[in-house]
Amino acid sequence: MHSEMAGQAHFQRDVRNFIVNNFLFGQPLELQADESLLRKGVIDSTGVLELVAFLEGEYGIKVEDDEVVPENLDSIASVAAYLAKKLSSRS
Amino acid sequence: MGTIDGRLWITFNGEIFNFIELREELAAKGHSFATRSDTEVILNAYREYGEDCVHRFNGQWAFGIWDTDRRQLFLSRDRMGVRPLFYTRTKNRFLFASEIKALLACPEVSAEIDLQGLDQIFTFWATLPPRTAFKNIWHLPPGCSLTVANGQVRVRQYWSASYMQAEQSSSDEGVLADELLHLLEDATRIRLRSDVPVGAYLSGGIDSTVTTALVRKIAQERLRSFSITFEDTEFDEKQFQDEASRFLGTQHSSISCSNSDIANVFPDVIYHAEQPVIRTAPAPMFLLSKLVHDAGFKVVLTGEGADEVLGGYDIFKEAKIRWFWGRHLESSWRPLLLRRLYPYMESLQRQPTAYRQHFFRVTAADLSSPFFSHLPRWELTARIKAFFSADVRAALSGCDDMKEIAEMLPPSYESWNYFARAEYLETKFLLPGYILSSQGDRMAMAHSVEGRYPFLDCRVVEFASKLSPKLKMKVLNQKHLLKRAVDGLIPASISRRPKQPYRAPDGKCFFGNSAPDYVPELLSRRVVEEIGLFDPTAVSALVAKFQAQRVTGIRDNMALVGVLSTQLLVHQFINQRIEA
Repeated sequence: MHSEMAGQAHFQRDVRNFIVNNFLFGQPLELQADESLLRKGVIDSTGVLELVAFLEGEYGIKVEDDEVVPENLDSIASVAAYLAKKLSSRS
Repeated sequence: MGTIDGRLWITFNGEIFNFIELREELAAKGHSFATRSDTEVILNAYREYGEDCVHRFNGQWAFGIWDTDRRQLFLSRDRMGVRPLFYTRTKNRFLFASEIKALLACPEVSAEIDLQGLDQIFTFWATLPPRTAFKNIWHLPPGCSLTVANGQVRVRQYWSASYMQAEQSSSDEGVLADELLHLLEDATRIRLRSDVPVGAYLSGGIDSTVTTALVRKIAQERLRSFSITFEDTEFDEKQFQDEASRFLGTQHSSISCSNSDIANVFPDVIYHAEQPVIRTAPAPMFLLSKLVHDAGFKVVLTGEGADEVLGGYDIFKEAKIRWFWGRHLESSWRPLLLRRLYPYMESLQRQPTAYRQHFFRVTAADLSSPFFSHLPRWELTARIKAFFSADVRAALSGCDDMKEIAEMLPPSYESWNYFARAEYLETKFLLPGYILSSQGDRMAMAHSVEGRYPFLDCRVVEFASKLSPKLKMKVLNQKHLLKRAVDGLIPASISRRPKQPYRAPDGKCFFGNSAPDYVPELLSRRVVEEIGLFDPTAVSALVAKFQAQRVTGIRDNMALVGVLSTQLLVHQFINQRIEA
């Protein structure tokens, strides 16, 4: 349990870095881990495809079409949780 | 030119297409003419009707008349804003011109970016008139006249689009289609009045095919047509251009536009546009006008305006679907219609359903907004303002573009339906502020080519504004009445093809081995910092994203083109002026 939480924290850091560099262009923005990326205007209509490409490229996973839903990808926390679940199911 | 008695003097950019009829009318009233030009007709019409003369003109104009008796300057601009007219005031002078650069040639006129104008372009794609991208330089709004007398400047709106629709029954449809065709034929006929040969743009879409077909019907000689083709197949319409040309028997010439062509001419494009742009689409139009010029033509007819006045744009379809969804927000199948939007945009088509529904979302507040149709577009565009520097953001605090545009709406706007409101917003702001200027007149005139637009004939516009939206867009079929009106005149394959708006490759044009030197220079941290309008860290991160070919979105492309064009504008109009 402890290592799972540590893993999710690690994923959250990676995802946050990706979002800051890729969508916020290095600009500071108060962004809580559980805040909606869509409502906050961080991810535009096609930005989620960039996020999917990042996850697949960085972690070697395959994001299925029916997994590209806000429940999995609309906050830093939900992306990290999705990633942890996806990687654990692979191992 | 002056009148024979020396009382009135005029400077005139444009055309009055009904000048022959007006000349006869004025001659019958006793006015004498020394020439057969439309310029002299304006002078005598002014003498006869005063400032109201503009109501009688059918054309595209920007003119200034100096009345020596009244010691009054009278400026006027056409209804739709085809021809540009800028002005400014200095301590002792009132200055006006067709181009901002002419005003900036006067040493007492300062060249400074209008930050609110920049903010508006980064929201609406255009400044809200009379604001321009330059501080203290103003644009006379379309449909307006201006007088200067006794040191006082007065602007008067003499015309505005109105959408008080009559509900036509379906049995009227054939009659209305015939009437539309008749009006378009006459609009085309008077636009062929010219001392020089007239050509036509043929994009492969319905509108330019219609205008070309009408020219062919009226003028018997073989017509020259011109088009752009793109190396990038996502944007190319060559197949339909060739088909239209074959069907109409035109002698067709086209110019192929590569990504590097766009990057190479982009500084010239901004020099002529005189404002930042967030799309590269003006660049191929610049190349096209050069092709026309090199072929020895000075006048072309185009299909511009049909989408605005006859229900062609996808934003109208988008509004229709969102409105339909908004009436039953709990519906699960209504938002599925959003898939029918923007079929030509690969990146949008790849959007997962949930995300598409979020982007085009409808809320109760949206439904009551006067800007319902345009909220997704404006919100998306406004996100590129995140690239503004901290100083610019601080200077803009307190500026409210939405309030400013709301104050410009006519009193009757509130009573119009969502479709008419969408048409008004397109026609009033985007059409003159971007389509007819940055992408139209300015690019054509860069090579001394004059565009003429039958769909923007005042009779066509006023006829169309009274049509029911159901006749413009039947279910989701755009320009329904126009298609019915021109049935048989153009190839069925073009009439039936899905709408493909004119677009060009954007940000990627400026990267890669063939990128011109000005791009890394103007986007460098040093120059971005020096100019001070944008955040150097954000711009560097955006450039890195393009260099790594990680860009998929519309927002990033708009940001890149917006930043680069603004840097070019400052470099060419402000920094080089200081250095000189």
